Amino acid sequence: MTPFLELRDVKTHFPVEHGLVFRKRVGTVRAVDGVSLTLRQGEILGLVGESGCGKSTLGRTILQLLPASEGTVVLGGRSLTALRGAELRSARADFQMIFQDPYASLNPRMTVFDTLAEAIRAHHAVPASELPARVAALMEKVGLAPRYQRKYPHEFSGGQRQRIAIARALAVEPKLIVADEPVSALDVSIQAQIINLLAKLSREMGLTLVFISHDLSVVRHIADRIAVMYLGKIIELGPAAEVFDHPLHPYTQALVSAVPVPDPAREKLRQRVVLAGDPPSPLNPPSGCAFHPRCRFAVEACKATVPALEEISPGRDVACLRARELQAAS
Amino acid sequence: MPLLEVANLRAYFHTRNGIVRAVDGVSFSVEKGETLGIVGESGSGKSVTCYSLMGLIPKPPGRIESGTARFDGADLLAMKEAELNKIRGKRIAMIFQDPMTSLNPYLRIEEQLIEPLLIHEHMPRAEAVKRAIRALEEVGVPDAARRIRSHPHEFSGGMRQRVMIAMALITQPDLLIADEPTTALDVTVQAQILDLIARLQRERGMAVIWISHDLGVVASFCQRVLVMYAGRVVESGRVEDIFARPLHPYNRALQRSIPALQGKGAELYTIPGLPPDVSKPLPACAFADRCEFAQPECRTDEVVLKEIEPGHASACVRVQRGKLKL
Repeated sequence: MTPFLELRDVKTHFPVEHGLVFRKRVGTVRAVDGVSLTLRQGEILGLVGESGCGKSTLGRTILQLLPASEGTVVLGGRSLTALRGAELRSARADFQMIFQDPYASLNPRMTVFDTLAEAIRAHHAVPASELPARVAALMEKVGLAPRYQRKYPHEFSGGQRQRIAIARALAVEPKLIVADEPVSALDVSIQAQIINLLAKLSREMGLTLVFISHDLSVVRHIADRIAVMYLGKIIELGPAAEVFDHPLHPYTQALVSAVPVPDPAREKLRQRVVLAGDPPSPLNPPSGCAFHPRCRFAVEACKATVPALEEISPGRDVACLRARELQAAS
Repeated sequence: MPLLEVANLRAYFHTRNGIVRAVDGVSFSVEKGETLGIVGESGSGKSVTCYSLMGLIPKPPGRIESGTARFDGADLLAMKEAELNKIRGKRIAMIFQDPMTSLNPYLRIEEQLIEPLLIHEHMPRAEAVKRAIRALEEVGVPDAARRIRSHPHEFSGGMRQRVMIAMALITQPDLLIADEPTTALDVTVQAQILDLIARLQRERGMAVIWISHDLGVVASFCQRVLVMYAGRVVESGRVEDIFARPLHPYNRALQRSIPALQGKGAELYTIPGLPPDVSKPLPACAFADRCEFAQPECRTDEVVLKEIEPGHASACVRVQRGKLKL
């Protein structure tokens, strides 16, 4: 089966410049540094990692909100990275984004109707007479009562605003949605509503979803597969529950063990791998495997060789020189 | 005698849009060396409860309407500012979600770390600096003797949080109030900070009040838990009991709605409706409107927190009357 979304060795680098008038390039931040990935249609991919790992940059690069420095993004057989100007603009109907902060991503001066109507008309010529029905249908799809369509964003709660943002993303009938921390700003009881909604929409509409989050338990719940990023690279990729329950990369192991479980009895029995130090700067990454300075299994070879993401058992990809050895030992 | 005993605390905010009953009759106690977790969603009054104890709510519009808070026998709420100043920052310390709320960006952290020692312990400066360097080493700031000369912006988020913890703990307080200090941090850094506080607590016998909306952190870190809703405590008990046998529908609903405790891919339980607006009149039980078990009695009968089993209390009238088994 041909993949629906394919990333081939995508790199997003930012120059670091110095000086006001004669800007001199003094370095490069390798925010995304060689990511290859395929998604099938209707799949939900969870993209996890800590702040600064490049997960948001990768999300924005997929949607062409940031230009890729190298590599290609192919969506439904068409290379997005090759598109420019008007072509890119019309292609945007196929892919949309949902942001973390529903307070910042909606225009406070536009009513729900205006916001959604603008999105509908951005890509399809819809006669004005049809708009009210279309807006009402969109609102119902995300669980908002259509009678609220004349209200402004400030009249809604955080969870409802996120529903409006989701409705706006759906307005153009996209095939791919990248959701960047869509529930992080919401209260626990509201998070569940939005997670259920996204899961339902993906199922019913065959939406492909890239779900970016730092919250592993949320991603485990909603995603089919999880990709774990560290310093611009995917270091582990596999089915969500398997990656979470039996992580293979030493970093994923530490990450999973650091998530506290809301169950005091289980918590008491758990062994925690506490990592020392902070993640290194992407401006000046360590040699070899970027994780080696914090890794408890690191050997001499890890300092010299950058490990490739390899399939070590069916469906499980890991970028670690010692992955097979460690898997056999455990 | 408990280290801190809070009784019937009410903190209201008198705003133009009405009276916001942020904390509405909260009672609890903290024993020496104990870790008490306070959980609740935004607006449940968990932070305002602790700010009130420290005299940190803005007055006006805020006002302590009633209540006592006995710390080692003396009532914090009745104290004069000068008396409170001797306790605040010395015997009770507080840390926040955003370290920049407690760190002054203009001053080297050295100045900020030694300040409590100069004020509360009248320590000579040279000795205070030595102690400050030791405090930084204890919280795991590498190269402390040099780093103490840095400004806050030169530290990463996790390191800033450590500096704030070092500053809060430098006077060896009896009680540390922590208001979601790890919410903004990555999980691996959060694990480091939790380990650190647990270790310091063991070494010094310090009590901790840990405010959080993260049930996972509370389960792993606290011994006793208060669950707050709309300015009131709806359930309290040992952490094992709170999670294993919820006695209030809100606590049960909260636990059912988090993905970590649910089967993969299953539809998550959701609490209908929205958190209540505490400036509007509410039914007797503020959760009644969103509760799947609510009956007419929930809206009319007075709600008080009552012990149902030893050390485990609930404010649900139907549970208290034996009409509801959760």
